[in-house]
Amino acid sequence: MNSTQAVAHILQKLGDKPAVIATGFICRQAQAAAARPENFYMIGSMGMASSIGLGAALARPKRPVVVVDGDGAVLMNLGHLPMAGSFKPKNFYHIVVDNGRYESTGGQATISKDVKIEAIAKASGYRTAVGVATEAALKSALAKLFKSPGPAMLVVRVKPEKGEAPPRVTDSPEEITRKFSAALQKGK
Amino acid sequence: MKWTSAHQDNARRFAAALKSHGFDFYTGVPCSLLGALLEHIASDRTMPYYPAVREDAAFGLAAGAYMAGRKPAVLIQNSGLGYSLNVLTSLNLIYRIPVLAVVTWRGHGPDAPEHIVMGASCLKLMEDIGVPSAAPDTLPDLESALRQGVHVTNVQKKPFALFIKRGIFGQ
Repeated sequence: MNSTQAVAHILQKLGDKPAVIATGFICRQAQAAAARPENFYMIGSMGMASSIGLGAALARPKRPVVVVDGDGAVLMNLGHLPMAGSFKPKNFYHIVVDNGRYESTGGQATISKDVKIEAIAKASGYRTAVGVATEAALKSALAKLFKSPGPAMLVVRVKPEKGEAPPRVTDSPEEITRKFSAALQKGK
Repeated sequence: MKWTSAHQDNARRFAAALKSHGFDFYTGVPCSLLGALLEHIASDRTMPYYPAVREDAAFGLAAGAYMAGRKPAVLIQNSGLGYSLNVLTSLNLIYRIPVLAVVTWRGHGPDAPEHIVMGASCLKLMEDIGVPSAAPDTLPDLESALRQGVHVTNVQKKPFALFIKRGIFGQ
């Protein structure tokens, strides 16, 4: 399973749940799979998806908030995991698509193969933290993920991508903020 | 540390001002110059405070809270501005996500060595990246600077840095 396939499965399972999506090709793949107004596409500030999603979850405790993170991004700010584990928002779901690469800068390797990110999440206080590496396991994990309270971590190990990246995110950052804010505040 | 009654009085009044302007989500990393204010916030259930692991994380939490409809304030020491630069320049300023940053001004006047460089640079740093700021001297000036900050965040949708000098909320 590569990252395009994993991201497609994840976006399909999100429904209308607001999701903060990490910088790089994950954003482009998410836009290609499902260009939803509930997608907050990070075009900069790598590593910040998890804290942005956490802040949204804390501020709107009755609705699920999802982070679709990358291995490079989550490793950059591991300290955010204990924050989620300490504040314990039940509506916070943290998915990490781990392809072991900084794909958008030329495919350089991260150190993720030497690190059990889900173990760090569990030690940080996440209620559940699991890792999957096949399409079948991902589908099964996604079917269960949102049925239990968070904070929950799902690490999805994928093979590096071959071929062209999908197009860059088309919305301006201001547009992304406007749409995502409306999605987060719907039904307020 | 013990805060003087002057510090505590300033903290009480500034907290009331923050609430009257609608701020309802607080995060940050402590500085002793914020001492009495942080103590007041910790005792006030209408001022939810989330201790961030680092200052950039505080800006991240605030950004998420803002988009969810809250009005966030970040409380940090100026040393944390360095960590926060990437969030200010490639999140807040381009996504038009405002935040009130209450930033202590260590290194303003004689201070420990680790604060000298940032103390001399922090105002210019904010100016260089286009974040409006104010550095008031007294509590009335502070309340007026807060009103300025509220205007910047509400209308311009930019972050605003409100610099807190030694002696207002702590030493």
